[in-house]
Amino acid sequence: MAVAARKTKAPAQAKTATKGAAKASSAKTPAEKGAANALSNMPAFTREEDLHAYYEMLLIRRFEEKAGQMYGMGLIGGFCHLYIGQEAVVIGMQMASKDGDQVITGYRDHGHMLATGMESRGVMAELTGRRGGYSKGKGGSMHMFSREKNFYGGHGIVGAQVSLGAGLGFANWYREDGRVSMTYFGDGAANQGQVYESFNMAQLWKLPVVFVIENNRYAMGTSVNRASAQTDFSKRGLSFSIPGEQVDGMDVRAVRAAGERAIAHARSGKGPYILEMQTYRYRGHSMSDPAKYRSKDEVQRMREEHDPIEQVRGRLTRDFKIAEDELKAIDAKIREIVNDAAEFATHDPEPDVSELFTDITLEHARA
Amino acid sequence: MPIDILMPALSPTMEEGKLAKWLKAEGDAIKAGDILAEIETDKATMEVEAVDEGILAKILVADGTENVAVNTPIGVIAADGEDVKAAASGGAKPAAVAEKPAEPEAKAEKASTEAPAATAAPSVPAQAKSYDASSEFPAGAEVVTMTVREALRDAMAEEMRRDGDVFVMGEEVAEYQGAYKVTQGLLQEFGPKRVIDTPITEHGFAGIGVGAALTGLRPIVEFMTFNFAMQAIDQIINSAAKTLYMSGGQMGCPIVFRGPNGAAARVAAQHSHDYAAWYSNVPGLKVVMPYSASDAKGLLKSAIRDPNPIIFLENEILYGRTFEVPKGDDFLIPIGKAKVVRPGTDVTIVSFGIGMTYALGAAEALAKEGIEAEVIDLRTIRPMDIETVIASVQKTNRCVAVEEGFPQSGVTAEIGMRIMEAAFDYLDAPVARVTGKDVPMPYAHNLEKLALPNVGEVIAAAKAVCYRA
Ligand SMILES: Cc1ncc(C[n+]2csc(CCOP(=O)(O)OP(=O)(O)O)c2C)c(N)n1
Ligand SMILES: [Mg+2]
Repeated sequence: MAVAARKTKAPAQAKTATKGAAKASSAKTPAEKGAANALSNMPAFTREEDLHAYYEMLLIRRFEEKAGQMYGMGLIGGFCHLYIGQEAVVIGMQMASKDGDQVITGYRDHGHMLATGMESRGVMAELTGRRGGYSKGKGGSMHMFSREKNFYGGHGIVGAQVSLGAGLGFANWYREDGRVSMTYFGDGAANQGQVYESFNMAQLWKLPVVFVIENNRYAMGTSVNRASAQTDFSKRGLSFSIPGEQVDGMDVRAVRAAGERAIAHARSGKGPYILEMQTYRYRGHSMSDPAKYRSKDEVQRMREEHDPIEQVRGRLTRDFKIAEDELKAIDAKIREIVNDAAEFATHDPEPDVSELFTDITLEHARA
Repeated sequence: MPIDILMPALSPTMEEGKLAKWLKAEGDAIKAGDILAEIETDKATMEVEAVDEGILAKILVADGTENVAVNTPIGVIAADGEDVKAAASGGAKPAAVAEKPAEPEAKAEKASTEAPAATAAPSVPAQAKSYDASSEFPAGAEVVTMTVREALRDAMAEEMRRDGDVFVMGEEVAEYQGAYKVTQGLLQEFGPKRVIDTPITEHGFAGIGVGAALTGLRPIVEFMTFNFAMQAIDQIINSAAKTLYMSGGQMGCPIVFRGPNGAAARVAAQHSHDYAAWYSNVPGLKVVMPYSASDAKGLLKSAIRDPNPIIFLENEILYGRTFEVPKGDDFLIPIGKAKVVRPGTDVTIVSFGIGMTYALGAAEALAKEGIEAEVIDLRTIRPMDIETVIASVQKTNRCVAVEEGFPQSGVTAEIGMRIMEAAFDYLDAPVARVTGKDVPMPYAHNLEKLALPNVGEVIAAAKAVCYRA
């Protein structure tokens, strides 16, 4: 798993960047906003921040494209859920978070893993079920973990990670260590009962948790308004008095600004915070998706008008006058990392058969 | 009649206590609700209230007496106008002896094969009788080939045409046509009121289904897979399975919970669990797990008509397999009957669901080596048709049980035990089992293959019980 170490935290950001960000959120969906409009009152990123976001998001995008390709080649089996289109959410949140903060999510988890600094080799090798994978090949796409990077999975049961994420927050509260749990879940997961049980306890005990609802408008083939009586997910904590915001989840700057507010709230002991990230997945729910529930047009429009990576790329060339060549060099570097990961994941051996019976229970009681 | 005051029980487990203190003296007038005495146990102190009126004629157990057994008379009350002296000298009628209940009518049908015997069953029963499945296909009926998926869909559609109280609910069952396309076309035929897309809220919609079923509607609740029914298992076990009993037979719950169960391919531990053993552990449920398309159809139709909660365990890998199914919409397979799918004389192989692929594959290979296996498809796990298995074992004297689930407390463990209880003396070898390995399902291709049973393991087990190398 030795690939050149990447810096995952954003460089220290300019103080002014977050000023005036308090009202940055909007109740409009990204589609309702013109791209230009979205740019207007957004806290600016520095050149370094935009470069950082660009690199990180592009890495996820290229990684996911490669994973999709490898699935098609039969190298990856089972379920494989790609994060393409949603990159700004996890990257913006990571830019707002601190080392030590935990991340937990569902099965659409590759992006979160890369964002926490997990190695692309180890993630890809898990996708192919090889011994160099983060779970030694035993977990697969949906079930990966890294204690070192405070990434707590990778969960296949929709909604289960929400209570677990509240539990991470509980541990932080118990230890008084100032960490915050970033608990990600989808618009579909947001309807599970345990979400509300967790909201109640998180607020009751003032647990440091940021609930990040990645509203990509669909849960498999079910659009939000066919499954939800309250489609404004930022209001889902209202009866517990948990503050919430709707955020343009396609704009990494908006995500980071909202993330900073939410994390500051949670870290200061005021309890949980809800961020509804309005985002979009470009690909099917998983690799087998008839995609009859939405039009090609809709997807195309999101890609053209709201792509999170293109937005940053535009700023880099237009505002920061970064030459195409420099961006091409970043591109090439990322391709190299992703190809290396794919190569590794293709040739790494399967787990040793003795692994079948390991890691089921542990031996030693605490001394 | 004078009335005895009995030592009360403070808790369901209390057997004796201390009579700490009398608060009334002999000769005192007693009104209902008066505190008569204080009782102590190691856990609590309680006051004894009078239920009857009269005069406290005699104290039989003095203040401070330890270890007074529950229901011991501790005093006597003489009713108004009664002779206190006479009352005190005995002849009191105990106030609170429960009347012996009349023998309950033996109402529940006595099903010899249904319940595991609570006490040791006779080990040498008369010749057991095998269920005869030969007449299940109506004579002369036209037969069509179809997939298990289509058979399940047809079963639901036919029953929905027949009974307006039948409806389907679950995630992606309507507009998406089913996550595994089992409900394909149902929305188009029956409309959104009877084919209902739910949010991803298994616990909630399982409960809504059970509630509706308690009123007599007949929900078919689809779980996208049974792994997700774990979110809902409280409603399945505590509400659906137990309410009939807890309501003294008033509240039946005619509901079918169905969906794919067990391992698919490469979907790892959280999406590969076989729950047959779990549900089969619960009285009040019936658990069906078909292998072929005709059984899938006939059993699902029976399940929908059944007045009980049914767990109907399908398998994603079997959905696409084709089998012959008789035409016609009154084709039913009885719940609780196994089927001998291959007659044989040398060894009995019992399985169910996708386990049948290993059982049948092994039987074919064994035949080439001169071992004729009798293969039985249980089809229903609960109530289990053990009699058909026993009848076979009485003939072959050997048995291998096969399942994909985990070994401990598995369905095959139950089969082995039941054979031992009922046909120990017929066995020429211990019953053998082939199961999924005792590990969470791994994702890696090579490990997944090892974790599942295979034909080779069944062959080896069959040879072992036949003492053949
Ligand atoms: C408890 C449970 N129910 C159902 C499923 C099947 N399932 C997997 S993903 C999914 C849709 C979830 O949608 P959403 O929460 O919006 O997340 P997204 O896939 O859009 O990221 C469903 C129904 C599951 N894995 N777990
Ligand atoms: Mg979604």
